[in-house]
Amino acid sequence: MRLLLFATADGPVSQNLSVFSPASPSGEAIRGLFILVLAITGGIFLVVEGVLVYSLLRNRRRVAAGEAEPPQVYGSMPIEIAWTAAPLLIVFVLFLVTARTEWEVRPGPDDRPPPGSQPLYVTVIGRQWWWEYVYESYDGREWHVTTANELHVPASDDGAPRPVYLTLKSADVVHSFWVPRLGGKTDLIPGRVNKMWFQTAERGLFLGQCAEYCGTQHAKMLIRVVVDEPAEFERWLANEAKPAVEDPSAAAGKKAFLAQSCVNCHAVRGTAARGTYAPDLTHVMSRQTLASGIVPNTPDELRRWLADPQQVKFGCLMPAFQLSDQDLDLIVSYLRTLR
Amino acid sequence: MSIAAPELTTERRPLSAALHEWVVTVDHKKIGVMYVVMAIAFLLVGGLEAVLIRVQLLWPRADFLPPVTFNQFFTLHGTTMVFFVGMPILIGIANYLVPLQVGARDMAFPRLNALGFWVTLFGGLLVYASFFMPGGPPSMGWFAYAPLTEKTFARGPGVDCWALGLIVSGVGTVAAGVNFIATILTMRAPGMKLRQVPFFTWTILGTSIQILVALPPLTAALIMLMLDRHAGAHFFDPQAGGSAYLWQHLFWFFGHPEVYILVLPAFGMISEVIPVFSRKVLFGYEFMALATMAIVFISLGVWAHHMFTVGMSRTLDMWFAGASFLVAIPTGIKMFNWLATLYGGKLVMKSPMLFALGFLSMFLIGGLTGVILACAAVDFQLHDTYFVVGHFHWVLIGGTLFGVFAGIHYWYPKVTGRMLSERLAKWQFWLLFIGFILTFAPMHVAGVLGMPRRIYTYEPDRGWAIWNQLATLGAFIQVPSYLIFAINLVWSLWKGKPAGDDPWDAWTLEWATTSPPPPYNFESNPVVRSRRPLWDLKHPDDPDWKYE
Repeated sequence: MRLLLFATADGPVSQNLSVFSPASPSGEAIRGLFILVLAITGGIFLVVEGVLVYSLLRNRRRVAAGEAEPPQVYGSMPIEIAWTAAPLLIVFVLFLVTARTEWEVRPGPDDRPPPGSQPLYVTVIGRQWWWEYVYESYDGREWHVTTANELHVPASDDGAPRPVYLTLKSADVVHSFWVPRLGGKTDLIPGRVNKMWFQTAERGLFLGQCAEYCGTQHAKMLIRVVVDEPAEFERWLANEAKPAVEDPSAAAGKKAFLAQSCVNCHAVRGTAARGTYAPDLTHVMSRQTLASGIVPNTPDELRRWLADPQQVKFGCLMPAFQLSDQDLDLIVSYLRTLR
Repeated sequence: MSIAAPELTTERRPLSAALHEWVVTVDHKKIGVMYVVMAIAFLLVGGLEAVLIRVQLLWPRADFLPPVTFNQFFTLHGTTMVFFVGMPILIGIANYLVPLQVGARDMAFPRLNALGFWVTLFGGLLVYASFFMPGGPPSMGWFAYAPLTEKTFARGPGVDCWALGLIVSGVGTVAAGVNFIATILTMRAPGMKLRQVPFFTWTILGTSIQILVALPPLTAALIMLMLDRHAGAHFFDPQAGGSAYLWQHLFWFFGHPEVYILVLPAFGMISEVIPVFSRKVLFGYEFMALATMAIVFISLGVWAHHMFTVGMSRTLDMWFAGASFLVAIPTGIKMFNWLATLYGGKLVMKSPMLFALGFLSMFLIGGLTGVILACAAVDFQLHDTYFVVGHFHWVLIGGTLFGVFAGIHYWYPKVTGRMLSERLAKWQFWLLFIGFILTFAPMHVAGVLGMPRRIYTYEPDRGWAIWNQLATLGAFIQVPSYLIFAINLVWSLWKGKPAGDDPWDAWTLEWATTSPPPPYNFESNPVVRSRRPLWDLKHPDDPDWKYE
């Protein structure tokens, strides 16, 4: 189908989020079932609609009123049985294939990663209107690293599967994690823990967004999954685990940042900012976008966001703090060092 | 065979007397008309909300409607169309027709009937009163998933107006269900066995059973929600031990039978129109009736196919997928029986038949996309996308609305004594048919390309813009069709050709009295021996009761 093209500096290039372009085993299994049921329903459509059109063309009354009524046919038991049995058979087949696909794509409670794999476990916490990711473990080693809005995962290879297991939780209302090319969606329901998994051999950027209405900015709760080379992924993860960069040239900016109420909500590991309510900013410059995917991560956009988040994402839970221009510049310069 | 027309009074009554008569009436015919007029008024309001939504979605990142307003509009649009258009229009048509079709003088409980209408109207007004409340109308979507509806996330009284409005109108709906069951079971004309009622009446019996089972859980859930919001309860509030998941089960236990409540009466109307306009008896009445009851019962067990992505066990997923596949079978049987009725008939292409054929061709497609969605694993991709929006509008408009238009064009002469304009009806039909296909077919594509529901805008690089633009164009083509319909209804009251008792040469009892019927419906109790009493009278040498 359509080629996956990366965004260039010139502006948005068409991204592919088609269900018919799967890049993962579960996506492929679903597409297979989808094509089968489309073929079956398409066939039924052609036959039934064909009979309808045929009757229409053949039986339009052309003679004036007053002629005899056509033969009255009250019913036929054999015909009724036939057209009950045939759909029953079709439905039975569909049921079996659907069941097989269900077991293929949804993890069971006792499922373990296949032997020889390097599984990644991430806890996803849905929040109005951004995504918190806690990297629990990779390839058996525990990490427990918190980040936000960009989900990096390692690519799988033949003989070296790297499945990603997501544990889905919500801090507020119902959300749904959906990246079409990686498979189906699963909801994040407060008070409940759901699990899903995917893996892919395709390197690059996969887009999705929240797929359960969750309030004002549901439309802007975008998902970005970055599938890295395994070595690149490990470098990224190791960096995310480190505390924040201490750049002496940004000392004034750091002071300005810590003097504001940012620390109440945000965390920058290694500093006094230990808030758990808003996206972790320790390595915010490692992300390509801000505000869960809706603006590029550039100094201008960062400044615009800080000046008044409500202008960028009306209704979001970060108020405008009426910062002075000087404070804005200082804080932006500090945040820009958090690679 | 006609009966003497009632004496017409020649003195003019003051308008206030006429209005008073309508307000205090317990006559099922007047109540039926009021239900339909109410539904058409709300249809225009809900339609306006839809058009504004479609304009906002014309371009990526458009700012025609701010996010909160958009979210309020899709909430109101869904709520209005389901509760204040769909159900009232069907209950209204049934109210008018069922006593006539069974040969009765009125419904079993005329005062309850009037109560039902007025509380339904009042419920609708309550919901719209939210416009005058701080915070305005609610914005949580018409299925109101908890905990978005809790005070934490919805502080203003919009949600309260919504919940109270639905509690109140739910009382009216249940009252109508009770009334229909009582009337159909106990007030049929002498000789009319239950298995001889006109098919529309049979579908109303089935619908009423669904109403009795499905509405009370919704009412209970709404009361629980109000207790959460105002009395310190925690039914749906996970932060205090409640369950957001419980709301979904309660809501969909109502919500799925609800959509069959919306479509079964349309099946009934189609089953009246197709035989008359093919000049043939309905093929396989017994199997159609059984299939109806099969739908009534199976549809009570499919509700969690709206919840395939909430993380139920795989076994539960398959139960609901299996039941959803099963319910497609009786629906298919009905489709085949309608086609068998058409086949070999002499088709009269008047407006009721146009809409009936539109129904047949379109409902088939909507039913088939439903089968696609019933494949649980496919639903993991398509759930909560525009594919679903396309599907349910296809069955609700292609099914319910086309059925309703067929019924209204068929029975308008009986209600008013005048024929509708065929010319206006044809314009309405073709604009609606083309516009509706253009609006909702592209939505299936957008869904497959990854577009979720209920988003007030979308990113420019997704490739969704063109499908949205086609859909909006289709909406603009539909708009004049509704206006033409409204004009036709009003204009024909004065200028329509006089209809007489039986303009379509039909076969059920309502055509055996005047158009409009006198207040007491029939001058003398008709005696019935078959499903088509007027066929028997018109064909004494070849009556139905010889073959049933």
